[in-house]
Amino acid sequence: MTAEAPAHREEHLPLLDGLRDQYSVHLDKFDGPMDLLLHLIKKNELDICDISIAVITRQYLEFIKLMKVLNLEVAGDFLVMAATLLQIKSRQLLPLDTEDEPEAEEIDPREELVRRLLAYQQYKEAGMVIGARAMLGREVFARTATEPLLAAAQNVEGPLEVSLFELVDAFRALLQRIPAESFHDVAPGDSLSMADCINEILSLLQEQDTVQFDDLVSDEPTRERIIVTFLALLELCRLKLIRIFQGGGHGSIWFIPAVPADTPEVDAP
Amino acid sequence: MNPELSAILESLIFTAESALSTDRLCELLDEFDRDEIKSALSELVDYHQGRGGGFDLVEVAGGWQFRTRPVFHRFITRHIKTRAFKFSQSALETLAIIAYRQPVTRAEVEHLRGVDCGGVLKTLLEKHLVRILGKKDIPGRPLIYGTSKEFLEIFGLKDLKSLPTLREIQALDEQPSYERQEELQLEPEKSLPVESQLSL
Repeated sequence: MTAEAPAHREEHLPLLDGLRDQYSVHLDKFDGPMDLLLHLIKKNELDICDISIAVITRQYLEFIKLMKVLNLEVAGDFLVMAATLLQIKSRQLLPLDTEDEPEAEEIDPREELVRRLLAYQQYKEAGMVIGARAMLGREVFARTATEPLLAAAQNVEGPLEVSLFELVDAFRALLQRIPAESFHDVAPGDSLSMADCINEILSLLQEQDTVQFDDLVSDEPTRERIIVTFLALLELCRLKLIRIFQGGGHGSIWFIPAVPADTPEVDAP
Repeated sequence: MNPELSAILESLIFTAESALSTDRLCELLDEFDRDEIKSALSELVDYHQGRGGGFDLVEVAGGWQFRTRPVFHRFITRHIKTRAFKFSQSALETLAIIAYRQPVTRAEVEHLRGVDCGGVLKTLLEKHLVRILGKKDIPGRPLIYGTSKEFLEIFGLKDLKSLPTLREIQALDEQPSYERQEELQLEPEKSLPVESQLSL
């Protein structure tokens, strides 16, 4: 093993340079110490059950050094594995008590590591096999979107167009949520105009494709605000500037621009 | 055997919002025998497969559902916009460990992977692919995890038993590559990426 060592070292240095060039790609690829170990074993064309601990340990430590050079935070998990490797290596250097082994029952850390590596390799491959399956929503589609997450991501696709009645209903539900006797000042100069509200909604719709009814009034849930918002929405609907949807059953009510990407100027009433 | 029953089953599955289990179908069609229904279902599966159409009848997560054939996905996605899950290698590894070793604790997963899995596990839980089965009766009472029904649905598995066994996966290395797709029942298109990944 000692005779081999320099050869390996020379072989290894260019590799290190290569890694330095494209470290981001390489480092991303390693999903923890086990992954890195497997990579080193494969690269050296070793058999997992018969790995040369000396070679692997050196390369592993060099890799960690490289991570430090690149100012990457070396995760504790990598250091734990480094310690394990060094422990195994030092064990091998010590003369063996061949005659009577008092530690026979103790688990050989090398065997333990090999066992873990084999198990890890198995699950890594199993993960790839699972990931390569035809996936619902990626390769395979069902007749109806049964996946709740997928459905939730497509609020605009799913809901039905709502009737005026449902809009009024939502409005009433919202009004019921605010306290009826909320204290308010009468400030005539500062009253909310419908034109302002319409412009607010339209600018909101330019920023995002969909707006939820509740979101419009969540900042300032006063009776006045809700009523003006509601009237503004009715007006926008009449002008055919927005379309109203409701998420399944009695879900929240959404608005989308009737003509996306090109919102005409509004003549505020 | 019974063309009428086949047609009835087909119509039921076609209109159902989600996959219909065999039990549910038997309950709905109490005028027919369970065995009759079962054989009609397998005939329907064969019929759709033999037809070579755009979709097949498949049994996923214990229910029957029509699903499109994977080869057409690039056409379907032109029309249907989905936010398909993207799995990182660590997510797939973690998922595989949980799928094959469930019920499993986080510490067991981390021991196998040699790395902290908290973040990955949280993502898998959020995506509803993994669920908490309970607490293990050992000191510390750690949570135990298993895969969910959504996991089976998304990966098109009938049940956990239909996952390729670990021995089958291990055998991949020893077998010539042309046999791989046979063993795994992967779509021809998908077998290529697997091979390239395996040979990393």
